[in-house]
Amino acid sequence: MTTELLIWLIPLPPALAFFLIVLFTNKSKALSHTIAVGAAFLSWLGSMVVFFRAVGEEHFTAFASSIPWLPTGDTWFRIGVSIDPLGAAVLFFVAWTVLMIFLYSVGYHNFGQPKGDHDRAGLPPHGATVTDEHGHKHTVLSVEPMYSRFFAFIGLFAFGMYTLVVSDNLLTMFVGWEIMGLCSYLLIGFWYGKPSARAAAIKAFMTTRIGDVFMLLGIAFLYKATGTLTFSEIFTEETLHVLANTPAFFGLSAAGAIAILLFIGTVGKSAQWPLHVWLPDAMEGPTPVSAMIHAATMVSAGVYAVLRMFPLLTADFTGHGLTTAMSVVAFIGAFTALFSATIAVAQNDIKRVLAYSTISQLGFMIAALGIGAYIAAAFHLITHAFFKALLFLGSGSVIHGMEHGVLHTGNHHVDPQDMFNMGGLRKKMPITFWTFLIGGFALSGFPILTAGFWSKDEILADAFAHGHWAVFITLAVAAFLTAFYTMRQITLTFLGEPRTKEAEHAHETPWTMTTPLVILAVFAIGYGWVGIPEHFPVLGGILPNWFHEFVGGTLLEHPEAVEFSWIPLGTSLLVALGGLGLGWLVYRNVKSPAEDRLQIPALKNKWYFDEAYDFLFVKPAYWFAETFTYKWMDKGVIDGILHFFGKAAAWIGDTLRNYIDSILINDWIADKLSHQWTIHPAARAVRRVQTGRIQQYMLASIGVLFVVGVLVYYFFMA
Amino acid sequence: MTFPILSIIVFIPMVAAVIMLLIPAERRNETRAVALAAATFDLLLSAWVYVQYLVNEMTGYQFIETYKWLPQLGISLKFGVDGMSAPLVMLTGIVMFTGVLISWGVDDKHHPAGIQDRPREFFAFLFILASGVFGVFASLDLFMLFFFYEIAVFPMYLLIAIWGWIKTREYAAMKLTLYLFIGSVISLVGALAMYFASGMNSFDMLLLEKANFSVNFQVAWFLPVFFGFAVLGGIWPFHNWSPDGHVAAPTAVSMFHAGVLMKLGAFAALRVGIMLLPEGAKYWSWLVMLFAGIAVVYGAFIAFQQTDMKYMIGFSSVSHMGLVMLGLSTLNKTGLTGAGVQMFSHGVMTALFFAVTGMIYDRSHTRQIPELGGMGKVMPFATIGFIIGGLVSMGMPGFSGFIAEFPIFMGVWYVNSLLAIVASISIVLTAAYIMRNIRDVFFRPMPEALEGHITDVTALDKIAIVTLCAFMIGIGLFPSIMVPMVQTGVENILRLLGGA
Repeated sequence: MTTELLIWLIPLPPALAFFLIVLFTNKSKALSHTIAVGAAFLSWLGSMVVFFRAVGEEHFTAFASSIPWLPTGDTWFRIGVSIDPLGAAVLFFVAWTVLMIFLYSVGYHNFGQPKGDHDRAGLPPHGATVTDEHGHKHTVLSVEPMYSRFFAFIGLFAFGMYTLVVSDNLLTMFVGWEIMGLCSYLLIGFWYGKPSARAAAIKAFMTTRIGDVFMLLGIAFLYKATGTLTFSEIFTEETLHVLANTPAFFGLSAAGAIAILLFIGTVGKSAQWPLHVWLPDAMEGPTPVSAMIHAATMVSAGVYAVLRMFPLLTADFTGHGLTTAMSVVAFIGAFTALFSATIAVAQNDIKRVLAYSTISQLGFMIAALGIGAYIAAAFHLITHAFFKALLFLGSGSVIHGMEHGVLHTGNHHVDPQDMFNMGGLRKKMPITFWTFLIGGFALSGFPILTAGFWSKDEILADAFAHGHWAVFITLAVAAFLTAFYTMRQITLTFLGEPRTKEAEHAHETPWTMTTPLVILAVFAIGYGWVGIPEHFPVLGGILPNWFHEFVGGTLLEHPEAVEFSWIPLGTSLLVALGGLGLGWLVYRNVKSPAEDRLQIPALKNKWYFDEAYDFLFVKPAYWFAETFTYKWMDKGVIDGILHFFGKAAAWIGDTLRNYIDSILINDWIADKLSHQWTIHPAARAVRRVQTGRIQQYMLASIGVLFVVGVLVYYFFMA
Repeated sequence: MTFPILSIIVFIPMVAAVIMLLIPAERRNETRAVALAAATFDLLLSAWVYVQYLVNEMTGYQFIETYKWLPQLGISLKFGVDGMSAPLVMLTGIVMFTGVLISWGVDDKHHPAGIQDRPREFFAFLFILASGVFGVFASLDLFMLFFFYEIAVFPMYLLIAIWGWIKTREYAAMKLTLYLFIGSVISLVGALAMYFASGMNSFDMLLLEKANFSVNFQVAWFLPVFFGFAVLGGIWPFHNWSPDGHVAAPTAVSMFHAGVLMKLGAFAALRVGIMLLPEGAKYWSWLVMLFAGIAVVYGAFIAFQQTDMKYMIGFSSVSHMGLVMLGLSTLNKTGLTGAGVQMFSHGVMTALFFAVTGMIYDRSHTRQIPELGGMGKVMPFATIGFIIGGLVSMGMPGFSGFIAEFPIFMGVWYVNSLLAIVASISIVLTAAYIMRNIRDVFFRPMPEALEGHITDVTALDKIAIVTLCAFMIGIGLFPSIMVPMVQTGVENILRLLGGA
């Protein structure tokens, strides 16, 4: 099979799985997950083949093919697929994480467990009572009531992501983008019986949708300016040159303006400030969904979009001083990185900590792109996808274990996601612990061993080397906080002694859940080795910096490797180890939220962004819709004018009727004048003739005959 | 002479109406069967026209038929379709077919659904209306266009006033009828002005296109002609009859009303206003664009706060028809193509919305979103249908709404990028009200009051839903089945506009 055809086929199996499950197999749980996991496997297989063929080629540029789709006047808009080095690298991690998440979901949704006693579709399973051979009753985890539906939805989600990655143009990329937006709505609101899940689903969809609208406008602008949406046609030197030299608005060049508009789409999708509010709430969905959204697909898609648009963003960049567009991107990225790291420090829900850390890490990537560190951003995107998927799945495993404990004790008031209810889980759940530790260390950038170190260090080194001090310092502080809250999380969850009965009875999860953890842990360590800078002391040069060479080939000009300097490396080591150490020192003896001195209200309440948005946007929008538009304009002014005319017409009619028609015409002319004074007397007079005597009639008849005869004779015959 | 397919399409419903009136009133199923047979036949014929339309021959009108009617005054019965009207003829066939299906209902004393009160008269009036609609889309004679236009509008009054929602039907029927008649009278005056000014003693629009009216004449008469028709297209600020009408009308009539009648207004405004008075269109396009832009955002805002499902859909129609007008006002190829596709896409989508709303209302006796819930479980089929309609409404790629709306925004961006940005607010708002509606009506737990009273939709309802969804998805995935056809119509318009 040719590689091009294979690329076309990669997104299809999950989409097919979606339809098969929805239409045919939704009654059978086993069949449904077999189809879904099988489809994910096929896509994975295809992706691996494509990836290794790409790696195997010397001076690889792209595999591409396209077909005409939408006629636009004289030409056809072509859609197609293309895998360039960046696409191949992204495809690699997407395929792995998606497959792992699919497999994990089987265990997470308790396949093979009995049906719940009181489980209802739309609510998380509550557990089932079983009786063993000795007659003892146990409460065990029960299977998800909408098991098949879940696999259908994540299949569609995976289809969206694959479509986005293999697209060779902005339009189909946007299609994938929107499919994921829709799936995030469906999956975050998967347990639709919970009001919070319904609210979170809408919030996620709406917030990302605001970004999408700007992205759509950016696409329209780009199409108007260049007449094409295909990447390979946009990113030619001539086109970029023209765009860079066309002025648009706010002093931006057309390239900058389009890049900013498209970037706002990313701000929504990758949950950057100020559109970050949806992502923490998205934790309402099942945990595999969180991993899907926060690691493998949706948020990565946002960064991927900026990576794709990188030539546009930097079209008028001369190498000296950031352009306006780049400054905006760098600022938002760096600010988000620091700002959400501060919130993560004060969260107690195990998944919410990870949610804010995701926002923060995406901020790192965005900031890196803003300062032109293309390779570093791509590298961090991929390592992050691996270790964040690992962390989310790990947290899901923890929650699962805790739920086991909750069912055992029967105390349903214990929140299995609150880290203060955990502690000491390292002994109960060893595989989860070790893999989570690897993921957490990778996130913190634990030196040399973990992938997160290499990618984060590269961002810092790049910021330092090009003199972007503000970005460098902000990110360094954010990195320190990252290590700190990660260690806080690990300490509270796994170290020390169990703080609740439930934690004592926690249980390691089944193999379908732990296998993905182990595989992802391998990547969380190993993936760093493909991108060790050449000039790194001792290690540099042992393994070639494959990532730089390969992904750098995506750009027209191969980016320069950064000069080595001890300052960023030292900073990197200091913040990672310092943060981890401090986190352990502070939290090893903390037993309850009351002892935690970082539970500051402003941090706990996420700097009050939800409240502020409600006050600034949501309420005014409702007021505008309800009071202004509907009550005042539509019912008041427009209907008012209409009803005024109606009333005026009725009044005129009324007046005509009551004062003219009734009185003048009816009473006077019709009744009095004609009837009473004319017709009535006349009729009275004529009535006398109607005597009823036949003789009189005969007489009258003869008289009339005579008169007529005379008249006829006189006029006609004479 | 070729097979007179267009006149057959136009007159089948009228003949069927007469046949139905001859059937005794108590033979309800026979009446319905006649209605369904006629509707199916019409759908097939209109689909045939669509399929046989030759896209590659950029000749303008096809399937032309001419019959002399009043030669002294230059009036003839002249039919023909171009790339703009062929999809609309098929749309009418689709809405007619599905409208009959969902009106068939259930003859159950306890859970009646569909039309149970005098179905014979109902279908007869509905079919007369359908005849009028087909006639407008197919007419190439200005006088006949008006004739059919009035035939289409008048039965609406009876259908709403007799079979409508008892609380508002008289008010709504009167409001609608007055608005539309006043609008059409204003347009008629304009049309007569054209007739006399041309001095050709003919109402043939193909001749009038070549009349070369003076620029001053066109500028003076464009507004009355365009807006007179656009009232039926629901243009702001003359949109107000439409949501009230939707709410009061019975389901099938709402489907017709929003699905095809509003297109009638936009289509006639295009054909008579823009195509016969192109200079006037160029002069006034900014005003049309402004009003349409307001309608898009304004309708979305009001829909966003409605609690009655039908009012919500009604105002969303104002918003979406605003997009059609917006596309027309761009006067460029991209925008006009988008408008053409949007007419079809919105027609199918909104028919589906009203159909599902009607199914819910028949069973729950309420359309208040706060009083509804849990429909997802009892009527999964209708739920999926509504969600697909919602995705079309939101302009989700892969569905027909995107194929229509994206070019419109693009076309507007060419002319006035600021307005494109303002209008795009509606995309967010649409998503908001659709999502909220889906969440509340279908996925929230069912309120106690409804528990046990809701039954699944009938097999005929399902056929209707599938038919409508098929078009939305088909065009979304394979835009080439409609876009090139619409473009042949657009070419013709651009030629009249002087290649602008």
